[in-house]
Amino acid sequence: MKASTATPARAPSATRRWLRAAGILPVLLGVILLFALLTPKFLTADNAVNVARQASINLVLAAGMTLVILTRGIDLAAGSVLGMCAVISVMLSLSPALAPLAIPLALLAGAAVGAGTGAVVAYGGLPPFIVTLGTYTALRGAAYLLADGRTVINNDLGFAWIGNDYLGPLPWLVVIALAVVTVVGFLLRRTVLGLHIYAVGGNPEAARLTGVNVGFTLVSVYAISGLLSALGGVMSASRLYSANGQLGTGYELDAIAAVILGGTSFAGGIGGILGTLYGALIIAVLNNGLTLMNVSYFWQLVVKGLVIVIAVASDRLRTRHLG
Amino acid sequence: MTERVESAAPVLVMRGITKQFGGVTVLRGVDFNVRAGEVHALMGENGAGKSTLMKILGGVFPATAGTISLAGRPLIVRGPSDALRAGVALIHQEISLVPTLSVAENILLGAEPRHRVRRSIDRERMREEARRLLAALDDRISPDAAVSDLSLAEQQVVEIARALRHENRILVMDEPTAALSEREAERLFALIRRLRDQGVGIVYISHRMPEVERLADRVTVLRDGEHAGELSRGGFDRTRIVALMVGRAVPELAAAHRSAAERPARLEVQALSDTVGRVHSVDLKVGAGEILGLAGLMGAGRSELARLIAGIEPRSAGRIRLDGEEVSLDSPRAAFAAGVAYLPEDRKSQGLFLQRSAGENMTMTLAGPSSRGGVLRPTLLRDYGRRAVAAFGIRLTGLEQEARLLSGGNQQKLLFARALALEPRVLLLDEPTRGVDVGAKQEIYRKITEIAASGVAVVVISSELPELLLLCPRIAVLHEGRLAGVLDRAKDDVTQETLMALATGHPPDALS
Repeated sequence: MKASTATPARAPSATRRWLRAAGILPVLLGVILLFALLTPKFLTADNAVNVARQASINLVLAAGMTLVILTRGIDLAAGSVLGMCAVISVMLSLSPALAPLAIPLALLAGAAVGAGTGAVVAYGGLPPFIVTLGTYTALRGAAYLLADGRTVINNDLGFAWIGNDYLGPLPWLVVIALAVVTVVGFLLRRTVLGLHIYAVGGNPEAARLTGVNVGFTLVSVYAISGLLSALGGVMSASRLYSANGQLGTGYELDAIAAVILGGTSFAGGIGGILGTLYGALIIAVLNNGLTLMNVSYFWQLVVKGLVIVIAVASDRLRTRHLG
Repeated sequence: MTERVESAAPVLVMRGITKQFGGVTVLRGVDFNVRAGEVHALMGENGAGKSTLMKILGGVFPATAGTISLAGRPLIVRGPSDALRAGVALIHQEISLVPTLSVAENILLGAEPRHRVRRSIDRERMREEARRLLAALDDRISPDAAVSDLSLAEQQVVEIARALRHENRILVMDEPTAALSEREAERLFALIRRLRDQGVGIVYISHRMPEVERLADRVTVLRDGEHAGELSRGGFDRTRIVALMVGRAVPELAAAHRSAAERPARLEVQALSDTVGRVHSVDLKVGAGEILGLAGLMGAGRSELARLIAGIEPRSAGRIRLDGEEVSLDSPRAAFAAGVAYLPEDRKSQGLFLQRSAGENMTMTLAGPSSRGGVLRPTLLRDYGRRAVAAFGIRLTGLEQEARLLSGGNQQKLLFARALALEPRVLLLDEPTRGVDVGAKQEIYRKITEIAASGVAVVVISSELPELLLLCPRIAVLHEGRLAGVLDRAKDDVTQETLMALATGHPPDALS
């Protein structure tokens, strides 16, 4: 009796709660402050738009990746799907009859590939790392095959506005990325599917015993990741008026880095889209700031890699103390 | 022999050991000592604190307060290796071997003998050493066999051999016979006596009364995290130990005592069998508003039966009827939809979403059916959470508090709230009070009675017989996957002894 009537575990103080919720935001602000001090070219309205545009495609991929990682999975095929669907969209745009359907069909292809991957993970019981390592390789090949090893170009691309026009002061790329973040945020916080994603990632066995449709949840998550990778492909193609089999190589790693920087745990069930937004912005700010400072590309890679590890390590330390 | 033991000074002394997890005190000022050359049995109900006390000794986690001394010198254990170096070895209930390595590699893991010159592993000496350690236990196990090829009992033997590689002064065995056959257990007893005669102090944790009566020189009983009493050989028998373990008169819950005959059958199970041979052709009937107890030893098939009914495991034969209507219940989802809710035995691994909020944990099943086109209705869910917190007396800082921060009793109440959210017709409770402190236990008992009174058919699985006697007018007993009998308190003389007799496969004359 004594033990159970004792006051429940102490609630964290307001500051601590805020620190926990803010996650990696202080790192983002710190990096911005650093570059603002180091180079006058950094903190301008034009450059802010630049950074946002550079972050946009990675953010769209990372939003899907967030869902997958929340279920303890991984989607290594994101970059390959991007490449394949970019090629598909440009090829369709070249045919007068199919041009209006270029975007829907490209998105559908991405979603279908993702759903297939999800089905193998959910019902075949194979580890997501292995399944998506397979699709990563195979779809990259498919992208090259579809483009016949060349670059497909359409100088009169119907959806070029996506990559090059503005809505008010914001590029459409940024508008789309923010819309994706908003929709995924709504999905995670306000829908049954979102709740089930956290449940499946947090404790798959408990989720099953509680009547959660684990298979459907996994298929949905990989399908959404495929769909968003395809959207990333459309965005890339529209900016370049072209696509080839190489497009998007390595993008999945930047997406994973953004998710992990954002505090979403590989162990599943912990994290969210806001952290991923910060994570993607940190990566974009680093790329942009280091370039403005004329740091060589090779050093940029070294710095980016170190920042990822240090940021995540400091986050671990911080949350360990907050318990 | 008793004299020799009585006169020896204790080699291990634990004094005032207190342990708190979060806000819950699981050990309160416990004193415990072991002499060289004695078998000291540590007994108590589930959750009494036996394993916690021994894990503190073994350095698995630190005590909140209290001191330990070994052979007169203070013993500070910061981790399992400190304990091992001091000569304290723990043999856990769970097997902790590396299945892909050989027996010899497992036994000498971390202490591999090396070539004097080359410094690489000396496989020959390793094999010899393992053979020597195994010889005392079971010489049929080859040092070269892969652990994954061994039976559970053989793995246990390997585990013991590994503990013996150190010069031990204290050896702790937690339920060592749980997985052993009778013959294997006999060998183990012989070994325990041999070690004792060599001067090793042995702590023996077991629920099995006959073993304790045969082996133990002393018995210490823990109850709800406190030292309930100590008995010496000659001074203990079953009744006195049980009295210390239970420690309280078993109160009667009046509401539960209506005969089952007057109720319509809500859940009816006919000739139910599973696909792996753990449940054989079981028949059961549970009335609306009845609380049926399900007793049996570990491995008798109690949880397996409940999991069959809850649609978690596939069945190979038999039918299930709810209110007279046959249902298929081939997945947990189907069972929930049909009105069958199941509270799993292992709260943390099978029930809770520890990192999620208390509110989400309670409304996980309600969220889907109450949604509008897949969009959650937060107000409705919050209202249910608030009502459940009040109804179950759940202690938390708010619905947003993470489930992992709550005490065992409050966590269990979350699962009750979740199971009841969809107003089930049948509620299956697997060890509903395991790891829950006494106060919360009483509240859970009261709640179970209330739930039944509202017309739900409740099945309670419990290893604690007093709990079943308290809650259940009828108790079904399983033995090796079969129904050994159903005792009705209105007609039969139902005691811990009659239940235990059925559970061990020896129906007393009065019943057979």
